[in-house]
Amino acid sequence: MTAPLLEVQDLVVHYPGGGLFRRGAPVCAVNGVSFSVARGETLALVGESGSGKSSLARTILRLQAKQGGTVRFGGTDLFALRGRALRAERRRLQIVFQDPASSLNPRMRIGDAVAEGLAIHALAPRAEWPARVAALLGEVGLDPALAARWPHELSGGQKQRVAIARALAVEPALVVLDEAVSALDVSVQAQVLTLLTTLQQRRGLAYLFIAHDLAVVAQVAHRVAVLYAGRVVEEGPVGSILTAPRHPYTQALLAAVPAPDPSAPPPRLLLQGDPPDPSALPPGCPLWPRCPHPARDAHCQAERPALRPVGPTHAACHHAGPAA
Amino acid sequence: MTALLEVRDLRIAFPAPGGDRHPVDGVSLTVAPGELLALVGESGSGKTLTGLALLRLVPPPGRIEPGSSIRLDRTDVLALADEPLRQLRGRKAAMVFQDPLASLNPVLTVGEQVSETVRAHFPVTARAARQRAEALLAEVGLPDPARRYAAYPHQLSGGMRQRVMLAIALAAEPALLIADEPTSALDVTVQAQVLALLDRLRAAHGMAVLLITHDLGIVASRADRVAVMQAGRIVETAPTAALFRAPAHPYTQSLLAAIPRLPRAAGGAT
Repeated sequence: MTAPLLEVQDLVVHYPGGGLFRRGAPVCAVNGVSFSVARGETLALVGESGSGKSSLARTILRLQAKQGGTVRFGGTDLFALRGRALRAERRRLQIVFQDPASSLNPRMRIGDAVAEGLAIHALAPRAEWPARVAALLGEVGLDPALAARWPHELSGGQKQRVAIARALAVEPALVVLDEAVSALDVSVQAQVLTLLTTLQQRRGLAYLFIAHDLAVVAQVAHRVAVLYAGRVVEEGPVGSILTAPRHPYTQALLAAVPAPDPSAPPPRLLLQGDPPDPSALPPGCPLWPRCPHPARDAHCQAERPALRPVGPTHAACHHAGPAA
Repeated sequence: MTALLEVRDLRIAFPAPGGDRHPVDGVSLTVAPGELLALVGESGSGKTLTGLALLRLVPPPGRIEPGSSIRLDRTDVLALADEPLRQLRGRKAAMVFQDPLASLNPVLTVGEQVSETVRAHFPVTARAARQRAEALLAEVGLPDPARRYAAYPHQLSGGMRQRVMLAIALAAEPALLIADEPTSALDVTVQAQVLALLDRLRAAHGMAVLLITHDLGIVASRADRVAVMQAGRIVETAPTAALFRAPAHPYTQSLLAAIPRLPRAAGGAT
């Protein structure tokens, strides 16, 4: 087994508290998260708002500072790099955001937007750009003639394909997809998911697929890490996480998804209330105040459970058993 | 049984270069008292505009075309003068939107906004309106309603804000609730709570609901009938079970085929 492509260890991201003179409690967005992504693999990071998934993504790309832990990409410590070396590594690590309308420059033609990365990283002589752009647009299923168009002339699905083409232009090894299909209509979403799978197979891409929609995750992920209150509470192969989850939060999350089937049992309400405020996390297990597990006890309130192997997954729960 | 809501040939025009566009182009639908009709479609299908038109809230320069007809509880909505229209809004039909933060007034406490609605529709004292508002906030499951009466919208979570919106909608005891993507902005565990609340309120008040959504998952287990909208028209209307079992229109078929589904096996038994 070769070294993982992306290795995140004990990552901590805190934001200063709000209020005058920043005297409020700090917002603890990411509280010691570890995971790895192998070449050609898709790891899905799943969580609700405030779980820290977008902070994680931004930190991995070094778009913001961390307070602890390490991020290694291809064996290199990303936070030790500066200047030219950092830029070179960033080429191998791209991101596609949720809203393509705001991530594309409205004053840049589609072709120029796709060629921008080629220019920044000096990957091809200018004369070759039009042919490269045409090939990239073709690869994401767009008509190469769209290169002459402006972003506002394209549909949401087309714009998201352009954002993917932009990411691919610099030949990355890993693409972070931050809710990349969440804003798309369901029929367009299905097409983009198929495209992502095809591109992964053709180019050997690894994806860090950040999503809140478990049904979408089921289609693309190899492994899933479930985040709650800035921590991984369960991690494992997609089949095990979605059909036999061991952590009570993962179980509640799955039970809350309404099935598009009138004969299916109605969703069960296992969690009450809202996820905790990241500036006032409860001591012990972060799920403790809402936990539906029948064995929940004082131990949960006192001591934070660590991730440990439970059956085919790893779960951070004192009471998770092999037979869920 | 006569319909509570009856829409006939609704057309909405927006001026555009080269002639009017019609994002809603001949919609007819009915909702019976107590019924839940889901209006399902993708973005741009015209479902939100249809919902807005029911209370004559189509944003200008859009306009409802002559020949359209909307009857709500035997009232011709399109013929109403301003004051009776104001009374109809809220009292006969109330609306809940996707983004509660954009719908709530940021400078009034949530309690004031509920009691304001109570006083707009019933001749009660400020004190009685406040009591009624606290009772409504309790009914929608807002924790600690007496204290939260004085909270401003920004101090509440998204789920709590949507509960406040439901309290405002219920304040005038409407016969029809128009819910436009009421849970699309919420996390899945919060969505489940708000939908359970909606089901409970509907049962308790015998309210009819027009549920406007793109999410067939939330439709499947709660709608009586489903109307599928595409490009300004309703392409298929059917009882929910029949629509999912045997969709007749090719668009409905493709929509159902595109829904990502969870593998349902051991399914998280606790």
